[in-house]
Amino acid sequence: MDLDLPLIWSGLIATAVMLYVLLDGMDLGVGILTGLAKDNDERNLMTATIEPVWDGNETWLILGGGGLFAAFPLAYAIMMPAFYLPVLLMLAALIFRGVAFEFRHKAVRRPTKLFWNGAFFGGSLTAALAQGLILGGFIQGVTVEGRSFAGGMFDWLTPFSLLVAVSVAIGYVLLGACWLVLKTEGEVQRRARRRALLALAGVALCFAAVSLATLSIDPRVTERWGFSMSSIEPAKFLPLLPIPLAGLILTVLTWRDLAWDVDAPDWRPYLFSAGIFLSGYLGLAVSLFPNIVPFEIDIWEAAARDNALVLMLVGAGIMLPIILIYTGYVYSLFWGKVDPDEAYHD
Amino acid sequence: MEFDALILSRLQFAFVIAFHIMFPAFTIGLAAFLAVCEGLWLWTKRDVFKRLYLHWIKIFALAFAMGVVSGVVMSYQFGTNWSVFSDKAGSVIGPLLGYEVLTAFFLEATFLGVMLFGWKRVGNKLHFTATCAVAIGTTISAFWILSANSWMQTPAGFATDPETGNFYATNFWDVVFNPSFPSRYVHMMLAAFITTAAVILAAGAWQVIRRHDSEPTKWQIRMAAGTLAVLMPLQIWAGHWSGEVAHEHQPAKIAAVEGWWETRDVQPTILFALPDEENERNIAEIAIPGTSPYLFPGEKGDLKGLKAFAKEDRPPVAIVFWSFRFMVGAGLVMLALGIWGCVLWWRKRIDKAGLFHWLAVPSGALGFVAVITGWIVAEVGRQPYTVYGYLRTEDSLAPVSTGQVATSLLIFMIVYAIVFTAGSVYMARIATRGFEDDAPEPPEREHRAPGWSLGAVDEPAETGPRGREPAE
Repeated sequence: MDLDLPLIWSGLIATAVMLYVLLDGMDLGVGILTGLAKDNDERNLMTATIEPVWDGNETWLILGGGGLFAAFPLAYAIMMPAFYLPVLLMLAALIFRGVAFEFRHKAVRRPTKLFWNGAFFGGSLTAALAQGLILGGFIQGVTVEGRSFAGGMFDWLTPFSLLVAVSVAIGYVLLGACWLVLKTEGEVQRRARRRALLALAGVALCFAAVSLATLSIDPRVTERWGFSMSSIEPAKFLPLLPIPLAGLILTVLTWRDLAWDVDAPDWRPYLFSAGIFLSGYLGLAVSLFPNIVPFEIDIWEAAARDNALVLMLVGAGIMLPIILIYTGYVYSLFWGKVDPDEAYHD
Repeated sequence: MEFDALILSRLQFAFVIAFHIMFPAFTIGLAAFLAVCEGLWLWTKRDVFKRLYLHWIKIFALAFAMGVVSGVVMSYQFGTNWSVFSDKAGSVIGPLLGYEVLTAFFLEATFLGVMLFGWKRVGNKLHFTATCAVAIGTTISAFWILSANSWMQTPAGFATDPETGNFYATNFWDVVFNPSFPSRYVHMMLAAFITTAAVILAAGAWQVIRRHDSEPTKWQIRMAAGTLAVLMPLQIWAGHWSGEVAHEHQPAKIAAVEGWWETRDVQPTILFALPDEENERNIAEIAIPGTSPYLFPGEKGDLKGLKAFAKEDRPPVAIVFWSFRFMVGAGLVMLALGIWGCVLWWRKRIDKAGLFHWLAVPSGALGFVAVITGWIVAEVGRQPYTVYGYLRTEDSLAPVSTGQVATSLLIFMIVYAIVFTAGSVYMARIATRGFEDDAPEPPEREHRAPGWSLGAVDEPAETGPRGREPAE
């Protein structure tokens, strides 16, 4: 049996990026929400919900970047220079966000405390926006000549990519707020619930706008969904219809849990909003497949040699289940509400 | 020198990697030290080891965070600035970096959460397991990264695709265990342990000088001095081993390290010189003649000098030559300190402040000096190639503009300056203040919830010498 290795690897990397979005996206969302914290106690409580897990969550980004390098070196070699400045912005933001976890507790003077709290908020927000700019630039396509990027250094900056950037940031806020609903109680939880509702409204608008804009970004995408200038091809559109439909239903369900059903288990809004992300992600995958550098290079052109892919597949086959098991174990270890008395005290 | 995208990209890579390597070097050693302390505590039930653990884990948390964030930068540098290298070498070293993420990064990052925040949520044994998982993770991580880097120094087990010019592996075993990997891995691991020992010794010495010393201080000074005295001789041997391998596979690098211009069958050991690359000679040379038969006993034929290589195939000489001497010098000072410390220990004078302690404090930086200068020797010595002998640095560059790279380099310099300054201050504050301020016991509670952190027990307030916020 011949395995389609590039196909398997594109699935694995897409899964890694999805897990990054759901897990560290939530961390970044919490980080953005600390900007709205009432006081330092609330801010400490919010960060305490993610402190034990953020580092593992961020590792999915390294797997996404490292996996792209290893499995699709050509795609990595084309896209990194194409997104040079937003990648730089993301890295700088993640540096500030990451060290601020620790530094904000170690600072003793008021100005430095303010600085690191600001770095935590600003780093989270900037990282989310930068990731959105990269995603937007990716969806709209990259100029390629031969085996390298041949566009301009600001190609990624368009109204479309700005729209995607805002959508990603609001989406992360939704995930973060739902996570806070799960991990906190009382007043903090009530506020998180309200913010989650606001973010959900934003997500509904933004995701719809991005979906429509994506449809019109390239004729091949339009065609993939069965649309044309004058008609809709049901044979193409109907099999794909469950994806946006699922997103819509999950949005309504999240809304119901957050707005009316206060008896809903606290984990359900997070799960539902993760589902919204998943449906959007699937929609994108359907639109762009099998391009790995839209709309120039497909996964088979960009793939590394088969022996490299096999070697890594063996490693991933053994290690990924183990990683998922111990990651799940650590999450279960820290399951439950955060006790305000046990949060960091400075 | 013209500042084009090539030279700026090289400067940027040198800057971000030099910044990054300090933290892995320190945390590899510190993770091992913490595992030893916790293991000794569980085994002997002596409180002093627990206090050492709870003290150093705070510094570990800071150093680890800085290592993580600067490491994420590294995993994108290859693509943003060296995309042609990534395209060409991806099928060979990509899997090694992939394995690093899969086998090491997740292990470290995930169990770090348990290590820092799970003290009371899991039993002692399980917590010790988490500490060991982090320590082992750092070791595995170093394994893969050293393997990938060593392949760039001494590429093996690969062929070139005639169509695309890309490299592909013919034998991954040979790729991973390429000629320079074993010696360089041993050399780097020892460097990490030694770097950490020098820091721990410096912190202990400072506590003795400031009379903040207590039982854990005594232990940490003895453990650190003993480690230096045992590991430094091993390190000299490992460095020599690494040099012999380089001599076989990268003779131009060794010629630059030694400052040899002419090819001779017996070469001197040059102690001091100002290499003059323009005129291919050394100025103000001080050398011990006739030493090469003792240093390279296996070598029968001529020892090549730099003139044996075309000018465009030579590494920059002066920087390699001098970095090597700084590395060796730093190592010899640490060796001397280790032996001196052990003598004082034996004569029961190590707990009294003296010249040894005053010298040990600034020497806490020497491990980092040796690590960085050593890597400069390795990496600048590899020039003008990224994949030695096969892909030149100038042919590896991404299609980026000078303006872009200048911007990113400037931003990295500013960001790292802020982060490094703050991190160093916070770490030094914890390391120097001694053990009296530590809570003897993490606060006991019935129900542990997340968010309670070992990494944050009771920071002293700035007011008052021992000032501390009242327990919450």
